Amino acid sequence: MEIIMSVLAGILFMTGVYNLLQKQLLRIVIGTALVSHGAHLTILTMGRLKDGAPPILTEGVENYTDPLPQALILTSIVISFGVTSLLLVLAYRAAQINHTDNMEQLRGNDYE
Amino acid sequence: MSNLAVLPIALPFLAGIIVAFFHKKLIAARIFSIVASVIHLGVTILIFLQVNAGGSIVLELGNWEAPYGIVLVADPLSALLALTTAIIGLAAVIYAPKSLSELQEEFYFYSFFFLLISGVSGAFLTGDLFNLFVFFEVLLMASYGLIILGNGKAQLRESLKYILINLFSSMLFVTTISFLYSVVGTVNMAQAAERVGEVEQQGILTTIAILFFFVFATKAAVFPLYYWLPNSYTVPNAVVSALFGALLTKVGIYSILRTFTLIFNHELTLTNTLFIYLAIFTMIFGVIGALSTNNVKLIIAYNIIPAVGFMLMGIGIFTETAIAGSIYYLVHDMIIKAVLFMLIGAIIYVAGTSDLNKMGGLIHHYPVLGWMFFLATLVLAGIPPFSGFIGKLLLLQGGLAQEEILVVLAALISSLGILFSMMRIFIKGFWGEPDIMELPSQKPSLSLMTWPIGLLLTISIILGVGAEWFYPNIEAIAEYVMNPDLYIESVLKE
Repeated sequence: MEIIMSVLAGILFMTGVYNLLQKQLLRIVIGTALVSHGAHLTILTMGRLKDGAPPILTEGVENYTDPLPQALILTSIVISFGVTSLLLVLAYRAAQINHTDNMEQLRGNDYE
Repeated sequence: MSNLAVLPIALPFLAGIIVAFFHKKLIAARIFSIVASVIHLGVTILIFLQVNAGGSIVLELGNWEAPYGIVLVADPLSALLALTTAIIGLAAVIYAPKSLSELQEEFYFYSFFFLLISGVSGAFLTGDLFNLFVFFEVLLMASYGLIILGNGKAQLRESLKYILINLFSSMLFVTTISFLYSVVGTVNMAQAAERVGEVEQQGILTTIAILFFFVFATKAAVFPLYYWLPNSYTVPNAVVSALFGALLTKVGIYSILRTFTLIFNHELTLTNTLFIYLAIFTMIFGVIGALSTNNVKLIIAYNIIPAVGFMLMGIGIFTETAIAGSIYYLVHDMIIKAVLFMLIGAIIYVAGTSDLNKMGGLIHHYPVLGWMFFLATLVLAGIPPFSGFIGKLLLLQGGLAQEEILVVLAALISSLGILFSMMRIFIKGFWGEPDIMELPSQKPSLSLMTWPIGLLLTISIILGVGAEWFYPNIEAIAEYVMNPDLYIESVLKE
């Protein structure tokens, strides 16, 4: 199970990076979302995937699911959700003001 | 246990939220921000004194014992850096009203500013790797807000790249933390250090270490990952650039220093050789960048890069002297970069342009500004007896003792380059006949701008001239940093 999840995370990273390297702004934003999904799946996988094991609610539980990665992934999801929404707004505004959504034309050397 | 360690994070955080409620009442917001910054400074001074007198302050949040809960650790190094952050914050808040337009100030500048300070202090004080990621995000989120303040064409264009590179490296950071978690089963720095030590940092752990380095090097702008820095630090307002240049890259360097002295300190031949070579390239390429342009702000932005190289060099040499040099240089560079960006802001404010070719003769109109810039140049380039010299001396001493001739040479050459790039601004901008440039007949008053600059510059000069007083403290910190057992003991209490 861990291997399948790792491969899936790898595919997400791969497609994410491919999209990040595109010229169109919207594709780049989608790329960042895919990369963060890949990262989140990696966190979940790294805490070992166990089927049917409960979290620790009472003392003396022998077989339990590690709660820490779930706490980490939750924090990370919230953060990447926030950044992605900010990025969408910013990309829209930047495209509007610069009259292009093509990264090639957004290079620029003027600072005013 | 004392709650003192959380105050440098909680105070600015609360201040940032409170000031958002009256963001349109500028006078009240300004006074409130200055008062809050002074209190913040007072608290960090208290922490600094207490840590130096009685050892690290460790706070276990929510009373969860050390390896299980989140810990905040105010040890000598982080207390010193939190103090420096507070000083820069106070200067920036005094400088801000003159530098920003009223509209920019109204649109939550002070909120973002306080959240940035809170995130930076948090990154310095936390003793937990995942928490470090969270504080990185807090300070980055605030910096995203600050960098687009003003809504200019170039600003939007460059901030997009800034956000993208930081977002990508943050995601890599989380992935790396999860790798480390799967190997050592903890995200607490002290416990991770202990466990990595137990298995003597085998192959996979070194790979994880390099991944961590990649993430922090992106934030710190080490060669070849510095390409995002110059443009995105040039486009925002001067006070924002000052905050970024003084604080953000230094958080990256601090993280490298912390992780590689505390956790990954067993495979030194590999990582330190890498650091030293990257330091050489960082210094050389940064200086070439600084010499390549006529935009004054871009020159200063490029000058951040060789400074990062100097600090990385100290970490790469990895002796007590060199680490002391790195720490001294870290504090010196935080202050002097803030001074330089603020000075450049004042210069652009009075000259109305950032193009060096269109400037000239400013010293006839603004002698104080001119001399302050000259002094700042000497401090930055490391002319004795100023603070840059002390840091560089320690670094070079450490380098020569370890016979790393190549990096010592690169450091000396890049110092000359830095001096030359700064002198170009002085010669072209300040020298010359008084009537070279057309200045507005009504000279804008600079007093509000010169006060905070003067304050920081004085601190910087005292740091250099009074090195006798500060050096024992820095030496003690370096000794502490080189003894990771002290940190582990103070957190895990074994």
